Amino acid sequence: MSDIDTQRRQFLKTSAGAAAIAIAPGMMLYQTAHGDTAEASSKVRWGMLIDTAQCKEGCNDCVTACNKENGLSGKTGTTDSQWIRKIEIKDISNGHTVSLPMMCQHCEHPPCVDVCPTNASFKRADGIVLVDRHLCIGCRYCMMACPYKARSFVHETLEDQNPDVPRGKGTVEACSLCVHRIDKGQIPACAEACQNKAILFGDLNDANSEIHKKVRSVATVQIRADLQLNPGVRYQGL
Amino acid sequence: MVDLSKLYSMNRLYYVLLAIGGLSVLGGAYAVFMMEHHGHIISGMNNQIVWGMPHVFAIFLIVAASGVLNVASIGSVFGKAVYKARAPLASLLSLAMLAGGLAVLMLDLGRPDRIIVAATNYNPTSVFAWNVVLYSGMFSLVIVYLWTMMERRMNPFNKAAGLAVFIWRFVLTTGTGLIFAFLTARQAYGSALLPPMFIVLSFAWGLAVFHVVQKVIYAWNEKALDPAILQRTKNLLGVFIVGSLYMVATYHFTNMYFAQQKGFELFILRDGGIYPNLFWWGYVVFGNVLPLLLIYFPGLGKTKCVMVASMLVVLGAFALLYVFIIGGQAYPLNIFPGYEVSSTFADGQIASYTPSIYEFLLGFGGLAIAFLITTVSVRVLNFMPQDKPYISD
Repeated sequence: MSDIDTQRRQFLKTSAGAAAIAIAPGMMLYQTAHGDTAEASSKVRWGMLIDTAQCKEGCNDCVTACNKENGLSGKTGTTDSQWIRKIEIKDISNGHTVSLPMMCQHCEHPPCVDVCPTNASFKRADGIVLVDRHLCIGCRYCMMACPYKARSFVHETLEDQNPDVPRGKGTVEACSLCVHRIDKGQIPACAEACQNKAILFGDLNDANSEIHKKVRSVATVQIRADLQLNPGVRYQGL
Repeated sequence: MVDLSKLYSMNRLYYVLLAIGGLSVLGGAYAVFMMEHHGHIISGMNNQIVWGMPHVFAIFLIVAASGVLNVASIGSVFGKAVYKARAPLASLLSLAMLAGGLAVLMLDLGRPDRIIVAATNYNPTSVFAWNVVLYSGMFSLVIVYLWTMMERRMNPFNKAAGLAVFIWRFVLTTGTGLIFAFLTARQAYGSALLPPMFIVLSFAWGLAVFHVVQKVIYAWNEKALDPAILQRTKNLLGVFIVGSLYMVATYHFTNMYFAQQKGFELFILRDGGIYPNLFWWGYVVFGNVLPLLLIYFPGLGKTKCVMVASMLVVLGAFALLYVFIIGGQAYPLNIFPGYEVSSTFADGQIASYTPSIYEFLLGFGGLAIAFLITTVSVRVLNFMPQDKPYISD
């Protein structure tokens, strides 16, 4: 082998090594950032069953947990984001009062997704309705279309964001069912925080899941069922 | 001898007008910059009233832009010479108002810098996305239509282009009405009556704007409009006003018949404070009844009356849009029918809204864009209606 050949071989080896060293951390960071890249399965339909009999008037634990988890300020001014809120309802005919949490109902046929001009509002295969913050142009048409007033518009610059839950001024946002937790095998923050176990989270399609069994055995309602949106969040005791 | 001093003063007036328009556009640009920098927190809009004053301006401009083409269509499609002579001016006004309206709509977005996303990511089920195509298509079609009128060699295509514009603007205003008609959950919207209502409203608003601009252009050129022509177009305006009043009345009557809509109708028509006031005084009395009197009352109906009537129709349009867009959102969404509700998110409450100065600056900026396009175009090109010495139809 000639001297030049040896030198060339040496050069190629060194270059390949240097390239590997240069790329490796990037690849690792990419993996860390993207986590488990397994796609959401359409066999799953994530949902919630809210037992209003267990939901206490004046208790705000789910709201507080949501704010903490998603980095919301917790303020309730007209321009502040509220992903989940407690609603007190009173039956006009008999005065019966009920307290319940209201958030994105993760409809099977979400009007927000239908009206979004840029596909920023979308429904994941497992039924979670989300907003792609990179595509949202801030037209607020989804807010007009949502029958549950579940969405908020970010009116001002945000600080102290949760890295798992990126948000952005000028875009629309709503309950994500704590998708970042679900993808790690955890349950949404509100369901975890509820001391009375009023919020049952699970896969509506899984015949062995508690939520599936419960929905089959007790009377539940979907809010504004007349609109036939088939929300993934159901209520018991209404 | 030509009186040059008069020419100079006209020239000066032109630049003064340009300066006024330019300053208003700058004011709009300032509002956009501020809203970009601080966010919509500096506007009066909030999570309950998500569309505010900019949308009132934008929708007026877009609806009127479609309606003003009626003048062109009556000429090109139905062959009426009086209207055909006015088709170039009508087309110009349409382009100008469309540009102004779209600018306001786009610059009010939370992320106007991402407007290109609206072209690269297209959701075929969204009326907004359809409107992106409808508005840009309208713009191009009207330019072609103008070309067929102003370039002699293109004249043979004028009829075809006129027909295309005629069809397109119906679809376009339908699209504008559908933005609201598709909102099933909101009491104020979600009615199939809205697209035809917007079409009829567009006729009246467009013609009213046309009357005002035509009058100014005639005055600028020191010409007087033939009373016979004014007589025809003012009668048409009268018919359009009656037509739009009918559509609005039908919309409210059908709503009132549905028990579930009664609360909303009482709010808009009786109990809602500013909204019923704007509706009855602003829209019905000043925007319709008074103009009708000015047009049809014996002894009235002269040039000045028609001008005042037209301006009142425009004011009435703003009143109606304010009631429709903002009043429609102010009334609480009925999430739990049959229940009284309360929450930290204004459930069950009438939402409050006070438009901020930035919203007005943006809205007037849009008007100013339309004004500037019209003023410059009328100055550099010949948009003065050229009537034949006799009226053939």
